[in-house]
Amino acid sequence: MELCDLTAHHLLSLLKTKEINAQQILDSISQRIKKVENQIKAFVRLDSNRFPVETINQHTITTSCEKILDGIPVAIKDNICTENFLTECCSQILQGFRPPYDATVITKLKEAGAIILAAKTNMDEFAFGSSTENSCFGPTRNPWDKTKVAGGSSGGSAAAVSASETILAIGSDTGGSIRQPACFCGVVGMKPTYGRVSRYGLIAFASSLDQIGPLAKDVHDCALLLQVIAGYDPKDSTTINIEVPNYIAALEKDIKGITIGIPKEYFVEGIDEEVKTIVYEAIEELKKLGATIKNVELKHTHYAVPVYYIIATAEASSNLARFDGVRYGLRLESENLISMYSKTRGRGFGAEVKRRILLGTFVLSHGYYDAYYLRAQKVRTLIKKDFEDVFKYVDCLVTPTSPTTAFAIGEKVNNPLQMYLSDIFTISANLAGVPAISLCCGFTKNKLPVGLQIIGKAFDEEMLFRVAHAYQMHTQWHKQKPPL
Amino acid sequence: MKPLSQTLQYVAKLSRLDLNENELQNLSQQLQTILDFIDQLKKVDIANVTPTSYAVDITNVLREDLPITSFPLEKSLANAPRKKDSFFVVRKVID
Repeated sequence: MELCDLTAHHLLSLLKTKEINAQQILDSISQRIKKVENQIKAFVRLDSNRFPVETINQHTITTSCEKILDGIPVAIKDNICTENFLTECCSQILQGFRPPYDATVITKLKEAGAIILAAKTNMDEFAFGSSTENSCFGPTRNPWDKTKVAGGSSGGSAAAVSASETILAIGSDTGGSIRQPACFCGVVGMKPTYGRVSRYGLIAFASSLDQIGPLAKDVHDCALLLQVIAGYDPKDSTTINIEVPNYIAALEKDIKGITIGIPKEYFVEGIDEEVKTIVYEAIEELKKLGATIKNVELKHTHYAVPVYYIIATAEASSNLARFDGVRYGLRLESENLISMYSKTRGRGFGAEVKRRILLGTFVLSHGYYDAYYLRAQKVRTLIKKDFEDVFKYVDCLVTPTSPTTAFAIGEKVNNPLQMYLSDIFTISANLAGVPAISLCCGFTKNKLPVGLQIIGKAFDEEMLFRVAHAYQMHTQWHKQKPPL
Repeated sequence: MKPLSQTLQYVAKLSRLDLNENELQNLSQQLQTILDFIDQLKKVDIANVTPTSYAVDITNVLREDLPITSFPLEKSLANAPRKKDSFFVVRKVID
């Protein structure tokens, strides 16, 4: 095993005892990138032959080990602003955009001593998608099977962690965009509670659903990364001003006596039989570890996807109005201002972005608002209430992360609705604002990872770390490496 | 209800999106499929249900009215496709 294959917490212990230094970690991931990046395409705008790989804050490389992530490389999704370093949302319309400021999560990572990679991770354009095929730079490939997608929209971040091209990564999750790629690539990914992590500097997709979150090789690393990025931020008025607990301490607790709910709506038709079997085996394992398993109902689950595609597209159509060729990115000159807007947007946005802007504008337009948007907001209330009701009786819920394993590149490109349905199990957590984590719980006969999702109460990320870590302490799935 | 392709042209205009014929045709088929799917929400009883716009209950968030420094001008204009002096430049909008 190379240094790049190790977890952050393991590397930090080696740094502390001076067995290694931070430069060696960066050199190790640079070597790995040189070896595998051409096959994976986890990063965009990366010169894989450059050695060591370019970082944003290399001059800060330290061996002091005073800070929580001193010397640990972190990869950042292309929709999170890094001062003076290209941030393009994998869209032609933002080509050449160098943000004038750092996102709050970037400031926090720098303060924690993390080494931030300058090349960003690949994603679906503006985070619209579930496969990273909607990137203007082309798709990321799944490290477990390069004919398969890495998932999306944070496919680059998940694949980079899985292929050991970085130690940690940051993604964003609006309907499953951290958890589904984490599931497809066999790594750990968490969408924190809405309001737990600042969205300042995250290029907005759907403001009432977006959350930034961690991707990592194991639950311990995931907790470490959330510890750094979580917390109230006066620059994001939707962050909640409550104390951030010690997530590492939460890992120590066992799960004897906790109650886990299994929502029957997540085990219905359409779910792959192998996935179902493997997830049930994981539930058995949790039972052996002392958890009580209880069957529960989330009655409105069935409506989560249609509600999401109304609310998310409505918010997106409004958020993306700012890309008009005036202040940044692409501009196509024309005879007047309005046609400059239309031409720039017509050329700069890809097919899925246009589809969502049109759908979002339609559901908000005069005569359709009540029938679509307002109705969706009301059904969202019912979905949220389902969670509130069930969390009176259980400490967390366990479900599959995705109904299938990674699908083939190209398989769903021409069928947007099929693509939307691949997020069927992840969307509800965004609508209700609750936290959820995905971790690997086994492999199919074809050696593709299967993801276990744990959903918790608002601001109870500790419970998710506790259950997920207990599972990993008694299983070996997270230690498996893709054949590269 | 108007045919979707006509509505789509109107919505494209509202969205400031130039679409070619091919795109219009593809999109109108795809959006029809998506709208048919979304229509299942009509089955849900939403009587007396209040809408949710944010998952976490927050109302207005107020802060002290304190002066802070803004971005310097050159930083704010650095990404502009066209600029002059302290302005973003676009075609004249008023005669």
